[in-house]
Amino acid sequence: MAIFYVLLLFMIVAAIIAIETNNLLSSVICIGAIGFGASLMFLFLRAPDIAITQIVVEVLGLIILIRATISRDLTFITGSKEFFGTVISVVIIFVIFLAGVQVFETLPNFGTPIFAEVPDTASQTYIKKGLDDTGAANIVASVILDYRAYDTLGEATVLFTSIIGAAVMLRKKTRKLPEDLNL
Amino acid sequence: MPYALCFLLFMLGLYCAVVKKNMVKIVIGITVMEYAVNLFLIMLGYRSGGTAPIIDKSQLDAGLEQFISSSVDPLPQALVLTAIVISLGSLALMISICIRTYEKYGTFDITQIRRLKG
Amino acid sequence: MKGMTIIVKTISSWVKMLIVLFGIYIVLFGHLTPGGGFAGGVILASSYVLLMLAFGREFVEKDLPLAIDSKLDCLGALLFALIAILGFALGGTFFFNFLYQKYRLGESLRLISAGTIPLSNIAIGLKVGASLFMVIFLLSTFRRGTSANK
Repeated sequence: MAIFYVLLLFMIVAAIIAIETNNLLSSVICIGAIGFGASLMFLFLRAPDIAITQIVVEVLGLIILIRATISRDLTFITGSKEFFGTVISVVIIFVIFLAGVQVFETLPNFGTPIFAEVPDTASQTYIKKGLDDTGAANIVASVILDYRAYDTLGEATVLFTSIIGAAVMLRKKTRKLPEDLNL
Repeated sequence: MPYALCFLLFMLGLYCAVVKKNMVKIVIGITVMEYAVNLFLIMLGYRSGGTAPIIDKSQLDAGLEQFISSSVDPLPQALVLTAIVISLGSLALMISICIRTYEKYGTFDITQIRRLKG
Repeated sequence: MKGMTIIVKTISSWVKMLIVLFGIYIVLFGHLTPGGGFAGGVILASSYVLLMLAFGREFVEKDLPLAIDSKLDCLGALLFALIAILGFALGGTFFFNFLYQKYRLGESLRLISAGTIPLSNIAIGLKVGASLFMVIFLLSTFRRGTSANK
């Protein structure tokens, strides 16, 4: 259990550095550190699928972020800060944090999942009958591709749409205006 | 207690997305929020001393009782798996918006963009 | 975007085949070991990103043109939809695992088992890999430090 606290504190310190520094390249490197800490945390939380996916997605995300920041001339942030707006935002966020911590009293303790307290949930069916219904040894793969395949179809659609949006925005040729065509 | 630290990470990302004026900093704040949410969902399904939800040969031969009583929750893992890949797609879209805005206005500062019109 | 030195080019031309092999292993064995279509697809995309960073953009443009890449993307999506519709035609419901419930092929914990799950993994891996490579390729076609319209 101590390893969870160490990794969480590492991630919080890296997040504070990423937010407060003026150098954009340092912020991007701290995002890499947060993602790496999250991947280690997934491994200790017994989720190896998620750990593999998180680390490779974080590597590609770093490449995209660095491409956007260092090939511009400006890597240092300039400009004045507003004092009053910052203080109001910090106070409101602190109030929301205190209210949110009260909600965690209603959840079970860290270490007992919800299906251990409530009998006959969906997760118990997936664990008991996963191998017999689908024949896959990886229960997570049988959940995303057999029991809940609609969610995977929706995810493929969302990924497709966002990639098309990015491809349209990065186009170089524009449409011809009507007076350019010989009519 | 680990839930509270994860929620603190989410609040740090929210502070960065709301207060900062540089566009790339806003994108970084949204990325930190996404990491915090995925971490929280996986932490909900953790069982102390549990095993990963993958059946191997030794567990199959010994009958599945041991596996059923000591496995972690597979349902949040299935939801987070697709969420991580979608966050990469939306990061690409946000960065392409930032690059296009930089091409047009010459700055990443959002207050300057509101003042230059036309 | 120009490439890098000759040491990086030599090593990356050896390493890219290892990355593609590892990505195919993660996709194919998705129903037995951790991984699956999404992680394997991202690994396959990152092998081509390594080629693009080491050799420059024009080399990869000749190797895998953008037209073929977008057709691979659409092929992956159509394959996934085809598996779903076949499930509807041969069973009662959409996404019915017809290879497992109707014809039992293979036995548990082997490579050929679990019905349509490995085929869905291959379709998803192809789609995710082609999409992510396309967006990183398009992000690299902007010139360095272009002057803005003031």
